[in-house]
Amino acid sequence: MGGKPRVAFFDFACCEGCQLTVLGLGEPLIELLEHVEVVTWREAMSEKSEEFEVAVVEGSITRDSDVPRLKRIREQASTLIALGSCATLGGPHVSANRLDQSDLLTMVYGDRAREFEAGEVRPLSAEVQVDIPIYGCPINADEFVSVMKHVLLGRPYRVPNQAVCHECKLNQYECVYDRRQICLGPVTRCGCDAICTSRGHRCFGCRGLVDDPNLNAAREVLEEHGYRVEDILSVFELYATWARPEEGLGIVEPRAAVKSRKGSEPWRFRSSI
Amino acid sequence: MEIQVEHITRVEGHGNILASLQDGQIERALFEVVEANRFFEAVVVGRDWEEVCHIAPRICGICALSHSCVSLRATEAALGIEVSEQTKLLRRLIMDAEVMSSHALHAYFLAAPDFLGLPSVMPLIRDDPEVVRRAFRIKKAGYELGEVVVARHTHPVGSVPGGFTQAPSVTALEKMRGRLVDLREDAAATVELYRKLKVPQFERPTTYVSLRRPDYYALYDGEIASSSGDSVAGDRYEDALREYVVSHSTAKHAQWRGETYMVGALARVNNNWRQLRPEAQEAMGALGLNPACHNPFMNTVAQVVELVHCLEDSIALIDEIGERGLSEEEVEIEPRAGRGVGVVEAPRGLLIHDYWYDEQGRCTKAKCVIPTGQNLANLDADMQGYLAEITDRSEDEIRLRLEMLVRAYDPCISCSAH
Repeated sequence: MGGKPRVAFFDFACCEGCQLTVLGLGEPLIELLEHVEVVTWREAMSEKSEEFEVAVVEGSITRDSDVPRLKRIREQASTLIALGSCATLGGPHVSANRLDQSDLLTMVYGDRAREFEAGEVRPLSAEVQVDIPIYGCPINADEFVSVMKHVLLGRPYRVPNQAVCHECKLNQYECVYDRRQICLGPVTRCGCDAICTSRGHRCFGCRGLVDDPNLNAAREVLEEHGYRVEDILSVFELYATWARPEEGLGIVEPRAAVKSRKGSEPWRFRSSI
Repeated sequence: MEIQVEHITRVEGHGNILASLQDGQIERALFEVVEANRFFEAVVVGRDWEEVCHIAPRICGICALSHSCVSLRATEAALGIEVSEQTKLLRRLIMDAEVMSSHALHAYFLAAPDFLGLPSVMPLIRDDPEVVRRAFRIKKAGYELGEVVVARHTHPVGSVPGGFTQAPSVTALEKMRGRLVDLREDAAATVELYRKLKVPQFERPTTYVSLRRPDYYALYDGEIASSSGDSVAGDRYEDALREYVVSHSTAKHAQWRGETYMVGALARVNNNWRQLRPEAQEAMGALGLNPACHNPFMNTVAQVVELVHCLEDSIALIDEIGERGLSEEEVEIEPRAGRGVGVVEAPRGLLIHDYWYDEQGRCTKAKCVIPTGQNLANLDADMQGYLAEITDRSEDEIRLRLEMLVRAYDPCISCSAH
């Protein structure tokens, strides 16, 4: 190939806020564009190409009819980056999985529900191999730049794997538990620079559970303030049900297999004019 | 002649243009929305009253602040929470921020390349980098203004029922004011750029619906008013507005009193131009936007006018906030059962959230009416009307023109399917 690495952006079910965070970078993005060639980015450009080395994919998979497109992207890309909470965890709409898909469709489309398609909300990794996950709802723009630098230099990227508490403490923010609120900081993956607690809010766990959470320490913090590990599970439902945080938190035994698909073959969306 | 544009580019989300002509007669012309529904109306059910406002902004990456504000207003209406004047001013400020960044994104990155005969702004990075830098500067200024108040433009932090978890710093606001004053030059250059661009000529009168207030240009609150002269209170939206399902769109279409209608920048400028800041009214004159304007392509021009307005408005709001000073506020909230409707003007138009809560303050039902959904039926009608006027053009030209029409509406498709 020669020349600059070719990068393509794609999206599935999401708000496109992570791509917009990239677009909102301004000058650093212009600098980045000196080192890579963006060949496909539907949201920002009409140029299109099937030839690329790096695929940046935002969004979750919610319909079986979207899977072939994702698989084509995977086949073409030598590096696939999953961008944001939807792509890495299923996203803030993952809790729609609590409900039956036909009920969801009826809720929105009423008696015409059968004309539309819904499926289980799942991260990209449920369908294809993801090389680098960038967590966050939305992503941290600086982390995106850092990942791209690693990719350009051919260096392995180490995904942040400490608890949000770590970054929160470094910034010397007031502990949310001292204000008697539940915060997912003790067990949530960092990399966000504790942006939510920086404004006196709490952590909602948008980056999912840290690998091997320090459960003893988390339990201690929780118990000290009158909570149990189980109490934080309902908040984790917001983003992380696919990743089965109840296993990571040691509340239930890990399951061997991936969560089974439910429901029968969904109706494909078709135009009918 | 068959025209199919699968996944039209330079818009938010996934949609297709389908048009066919037989012997110069239109067989069909429509915009198909194929975006996956994320079922946000179901996702918020069962969540606590103070969690719903965390989820709602995530419907949309561009207009997260509008979804945040409208969600808060719906929850506050349901729970009977009164917010302070300080909170209202800060929320109006972030609404201005969002209009600026969103309109800059559309006017420069999404719409302008068509007028310049380019596939995107990417070639300009090499050929005319100053234009791209300016676009980034305006967009970033909107982002930074959002950051000062709520830490992040997408998605806001600490904007909660009753106000904010933390008041922003007055020093940061004053510093931001300086940045905004500097931005006047970029706003003027944007007006100048659009003054030179040739907008397609096409007129089709329709009904324009927007919020309206007696005292200022309505973005954060007001009653819902139409260009026909009728109006309804926000919580009575169902008296005039009806959503319905069509098979070619995962997003619902809508009617205002049984007719298609348009929401967004053009609707607001048409309905409320007298309340625009003087600088924006001047821009309106310079850009040849004369209300009532019935050309949907002028929506992007109306966005440029609003860009100027929101810049001036945000500077004025910061001054007002500076004079009042900012204080940390304590709000006591008792959950209660009830229904609440919130209405705001998102960058793309009228946005409604309608929530029901039980005694514990858990959400039991939710409904979101999205600007792009409201525009879809009108877009289909415009597409048919416009195609009839350009049937003699080449296939490539027709395809481009129809894409330009879709882009003029600045659709936010994932938002519409939510």
